Amino acid sequence: MAELLRIEGLVVEREGRAILRGVDLAVAEGEIHAILGANGTGKSTLAHALMGLSGYRPARGRILFAGQDITEKSVTERARLGITLAWQQPASFEGLTVREYLEIARRGGREGPAVEECLARVGLPPRNYLGRTLNDRLSGGERKRVELAAVLAMNPRLAILDEPDSGIDVLSLDDIMEVIRGMNRRGTTVLLITHREEFARAAHRASHLCGGRILKTGDCAEVVRFYKDFCKECASLPAPELEEVGQDEGRR
Amino acid sequence: MRDGVERDPSREFAALAEAVERTGGSAAALRNPRIASLVVHQNRVLGLNALPGLTMDAEPLPDGIRAHVEVAPGTVLPDPVHLCFGVLPKEGVQRILATFRIGEGASAQFWAHCAFPNAERVQHLMEASIEVGGGARMAYTEVHYHGPYGGTEVLPKAVIRVHKGGQYVSEFKLVQGRVGLLSLDYVVHLGEGAVAELVAKVHGKGEDRIFLREALHLEGPYARGLVKSRIVLQDRAQAEFTGEAVGIGPYSRGHIDCTEILWGAEARASAVPKLLVVDERAKLTHEAAIGSIDRKELETLMARGLTEEEAVATVVRGLLR
Repeated sequence: MAELLRIEGLVVEREGRAILRGVDLAVAEGEIHAILGANGTGKSTLAHALMGLSGYRPARGRILFAGQDITEKSVTERARLGITLAWQQPASFEGLTVREYLEIARRGGREGPAVEECLARVGLPPRNYLGRTLNDRLSGGERKRVELAAVLAMNPRLAILDEPDSGIDVLSLDDIMEVIRGMNRRGTTVLLITHREEFARAAHRASHLCGGRILKTGDCAEVVRFYKDFCKECASLPAPELEEVGQDEGRR
Repeated sequence: MRDGVERDPSREFAALAEAVERTGGSAAALRNPRIASLVVHQNRVLGLNALPGLTMDAEPLPDGIRAHVEVAPGTVLPDPVHLCFGVLPKEGVQRILATFRIGEGASAQFWAHCAFPNAERVQHLMEASIEVGGGARMAYTEVHYHGPYGGTEVLPKAVIRVHKGGQYVSEFKLVQGRVGLLSLDYVVHLGEGAVAELVAKVHGKGEDRIFLREALHLEGPYARGLVKSRIVLQDRAQAEFTGEAVGIGPYSRGHIDCTEILWGAEARASAVPKLLVVDERAKLTHEAAIGSIDRKELETLMARGLTEEEAVATVVRGLLR
């Protein structure tokens, strides 16, 4: 499969501290690629940097999308190239209805399915939700589903999904994963950010992010095993050595 | 003039009706004999249509009108009552002295359309006294349509009394055209178990000056009130919001919620909450957010393909809707 996304030596600093410390990653077109890592390892920072959000401009490194260097491109430019992001904690909007939000997404992307269908796919009955506003009265889980519906409506080339499983009840996780598989079958490459092993296992390939670096990329089961074993090892080590372990593992 | 239909087919009526359309209202409603309405241009009553259970009187004053609106106890008006106040010339004064009486157990909704489309030096003053009887409900929505010159002074004052178990809901909206000067002063006195919700949405541009004072006096036990303001300021516009709540009745609850968005480096905004708890069992809260539009909201919309300018316009439109 052709390469859709390539990240080379990406360094992102926040408040004078390096969060991503040289991320290298390649994602093939058409795959679901899981980024697995514990809390605080830089997963969301990676997602934000890929989308080009303010405050996440790389200090070093570059991002290539379909062979084009997009490191300096704005959020809008990236979206119009076919990249979008579903936030881990989506924004709320006063006065903006679910229908309007999904229509915006649909027009801004490659015209995915009708907004009613997008909502139905994420398990929200359209007649109950299209007229509601994206304010705090939607529960966290409902808002996350609307976020996923917006990605479906965009029908992007690359969807960056930042922990789509968080805030979703355990019984619905399989449904959410099926939505992700469905969007992938329709031609969207997915970068699936998660710390849940069972979610990562559903991807085609996975990478383990730790300490701001990708330590391992490969078959999902193998990476999950590495994540479990390595993280247990990490947890028992004092902080300075943790960094050393990360570097050693990264060189393997 | 009393109950019954009186219509002035003048061009003023037609021009005001057109302005009503621009506030999102229905001009046809002003001509519909089955819908209650009052149309006033400066100090001339151009149309008045009351219905059974609803009394409306209007008499001219040298610089405006005196109006009395009364809904008989137990009457439930199925459709909104349309009120239209306007000044069409570039200059003029319109003073509205209004009393509203909503009888016990009655329910009525009012849509007020205020149109000053050509104003270069127009003053619109309103002094309203509103009484909502026990168990009654009144909803009052006032939407303004101003021209582009910023020459309007809007000075509405209202004292509202809501008796036991009554409800009063109001929305004031001035988002089309230039504000000019707005000085709004509403005070609501709430009896036992009474409920009030005051919402104001204003979009200031150019040199507009906006002063909003909305106060809840929670006098009866279990009275509840919400004051909510949404203000967007562009260019060099300035706004000062004062939200007051006084918790007198035991177990009364009041909340002040103010959001002011600065959309321009020279715009200025302030918010002053004033909370006074008289009975220790009362509870008052407030929240205020002043600043630029939340970056996350903008970038969420940009990640869906909008430009930054389109994203700002979308957020503002939602906030002021």
